[in-house]
Amino acid sequence: MATETTAQDVAQGAHEVAKAGMPQLDFSTFPNQIFWLLVTLVLIYLVLSRIALPRIGATLAERKGTITNDLAAAEELKQKAVSAEKAYNDALVRARAEAAKIVAEAKAEIQKDVAAATAKAEVEIAAKTAESEKHIAEIRAGAMDAVTEVARDTAKELVAALGGKADAKSVTEAVTAALKG
Amino acid sequence: MAGEEHSEGGLAFHPLQQFEVHPLFRHYDPATCVPANGITEGCIKWYEITNVTLWMALALLVIVAVFAIGSRGRAIIPTRIQSIGEMAYGFVYKMVEDVAGHDGAKYFPLIMSLFLFILSANMLGLLPGSFTPTSHIAVTAVLGFGFFIFVTLLGFFKHGVHFLGLFWMKDAPLILRPIIAVIEVISYFVRPVSHSIRLAGNVMAGHAVMKVFAAFAPLILISTIGVVVTPVSILAITAIYALEVLVAFIQAYVFTILACVYLKDALHPGH
Repeated sequence: MATETTAQDVAQGAHEVAKAGMPQLDFSTFPNQIFWLLVTLVLIYLVLSRIALPRIGATLAERKGTITNDLAAAEELKQKAVSAEKAYNDALVRARAEAAKIVAEAKAEIQKDVAAATAKAEVEIAAKTAESEKHIAEIRAGAMDAVTEVARDTAKELVAALGGKADAKSVTEAVTAALKG
Repeated sequence: MAGEEHSEGGLAFHPLQQFEVHPLFRHYDPATCVPANGITEGCIKWYEITNVTLWMALALLVIVAVFAIGSRGRAIIPTRIQSIGEMAYGFVYKMVEDVAGHDGAKYFPLIMSLFLFILSANMLGLLPGSFTPTSHIAVTAVLGFGFFIFVTLLGFFKHGVHFLGLFWMKDAPLILRPIIAVIEVISYFVRPVSHSIRLAGNVMAGHAVMKVFAAFAPLILISTIGVVVTPVSILAITAIYALEVLVAFIQAYVFTILACVYLKDALHPGH
């Protein structure tokens, strides 16, 4: 009887030590912990494998695809921009050449016009000069006649004034000779 | 316990109290649960809702919130929570693929479940007043031995007897091979033990140390030496807490990468 009690006390004491020691070694809580652990793990596994992971995987794949597509599109746009720039430069060069051609043509045309106008003007000037020369000759001729007449009249008057008798015909001959003189 | 308190001059040293399992909806009297004496009527039943249930449920909730609800938007430009989920996904997926090979990717959801359960349980366990399921050998042993049995069965299922090639080093000298095989077999069976004790031990030790420092913190109310001890212990708690945050992650990582290594041995037993 006594020994039994002692044994029980010892067992009790040992258990109290375990209780006071590590709760991790309190085996009476093990079934509870293991049960809830398995429940939690199964639930986590189901949530992850059925819902979360496929969704995240799909999102990541979609993002990767989008990024790849966007990069390709960017590359394409870049190519387009480069070709557009090239086309622009080509057009610019062509336009410059065209402009230069037009300028040269216009210059040639103007030159032609100027030459034509100059020629015309020269012809006109020549005509005018000839006419003027004719006119001057006429005037000169007119002036000579007038001078002859004036000289004759003057000579006649002079002769008359000096008391001579002026024969019109000899006066005229004398004046003409003097004028030729 | 009461005697202990008096002997320490009013300081309460209960570094292990945080690991106690107790029912949430009834009073638990340890005297009514002494299986050694055949007293079991007050014991915690396997289906009872305890603090274990609560903190595992919170871990599950965190995982659901971050990974299921956070990823619901499927946004090309991720939100913050979605980003966390995607980073964890990428991290563990890469680990599985790098260590266990391409055919290991099939077991990625399993490895991910282990990693996230351990990580969130560890992190939640760092909240003051919380309970840490991963500090219990019962929990980590189920994880460790469960995974060990899984990979062993997987190895035999995939490779049959060839799985035993894992223990037979073909590139070792013939005389040494049986000796190496014995060592390999022993080390193989030690794996789940170290796998589970490493996790529980690290988590438990850190939490207990923090509690010990915490017990010294109120010394300033009792004795003049507290002027020195209290600031030092508060600094120590801060430092240990930071270390524990690191440990919480690293132990989850270590457990997971070892799981990947064991999975690799099951999938590719040839050395």
